Amino acid sequence: MIETWPCPGGDGQTDEFAVVIDRARPFRLLIVPPLLDEMNRTRRLAVGTMRALDAHGIDSFLPDLPGTNESLQPFVSQSLHGWRTAMAQAARHFAATHVLALRGGALVFPNVLPGWVVEPVMGASLLRQLLRARVIAAREAGRHEDSAALLEIGRTEGIELAGYDFGPALIAGLDSARPLDEGQREIRAGELGGAALWLRAEPGDDPAQAARLAAIIAAGIAA
Amino acid sequence: MMSDNSDAGLRSVLGDVLGLNPARLAALTPQSPLLGALPELDSMAIATLFAAIEDHFGLMFDDAELTGETLTSYGSLLVLVRGKRRP
Repeated sequence: MIETWPCPGGDGQTDEFAVVIDRARPFRLLIVPPLLDEMNRTRRLAVGTMRALDAHGIDSFLPDLPGTNESLQPFVSQSLHGWRTAMAQAARHFAATHVLALRGGALVFPNVLPGWVVEPVMGASLLRQLLRARVIAAREAGRHEDSAALLEIGRTEGIELAGYDFGPALIAGLDSARPLDEGQREIRAGELGGAALWLRAEPGDDPAQAARLAAIIAAGIAA
Repeated sequence: MMSDNSDAGLRSVLGDVLGLNPARLAALTPQSPLLGALPELDSMAIATLFAAIEDHFGLMFDDAELTGETLTSYGSLLVLVRGKRRP
């Protein structure tokens, strides 16, 4: 089900949304989603994992990053720092005992919690793909653009990439951000037994991967 | 030409990014058109595809190499990958 949670926002406190399976059980997993397009591509994997975790007796919480998905905050005012603060707040609000960060979620997750990171990615890698998508689109439209020049514009003025209105803070943050995992167990795509869904051009689904991911988490929590 | 693993690796990456099933992957020939034939291949998907190819083979492309001509056919993409792997 969908619940709201209080989150620090531009004008003080604001409500954000989260998918929640909460039966007041002792193990409570916060899921920090991937960033940007990869969030959409992995949405069904994340929700499928939550359902499978429910069957393992584990509660789980999938909050929106402010400015994305159902959030009412403007994307342009987001930063990695803001997302870190928001995810830490979500962990407190839902009383999470463990955390699962997917891909770019590893750049902003509350790493004080024990848990798992799935294929953590450097911020610069995500940014490079977005810049390239824009360069490729411009070339198809007969214009010349250059990744390095676009990055410089993005860092000073902000820039639109793949339909997202990036402020300079988020560009600068992504350009230098590294995964924050500290003792969490890293899960590689191959362990889930299927193609990496965050690469998929059209959002896909793979219930077997969700079941596998949930089983890894359930085994780790029980250990 | 057929002694390296570029062909198998590239088919696998295309399968991951485009969600092609094994039958469609196996049916790819050097003449198979990519850009235009695959509606999934918008600019973001193309950028993702090149990043996945880079990761898979440990390569790095320049912006200038990522042209529509490269993606005209499966064969043209394979030529780029093979050329990058054996400079």
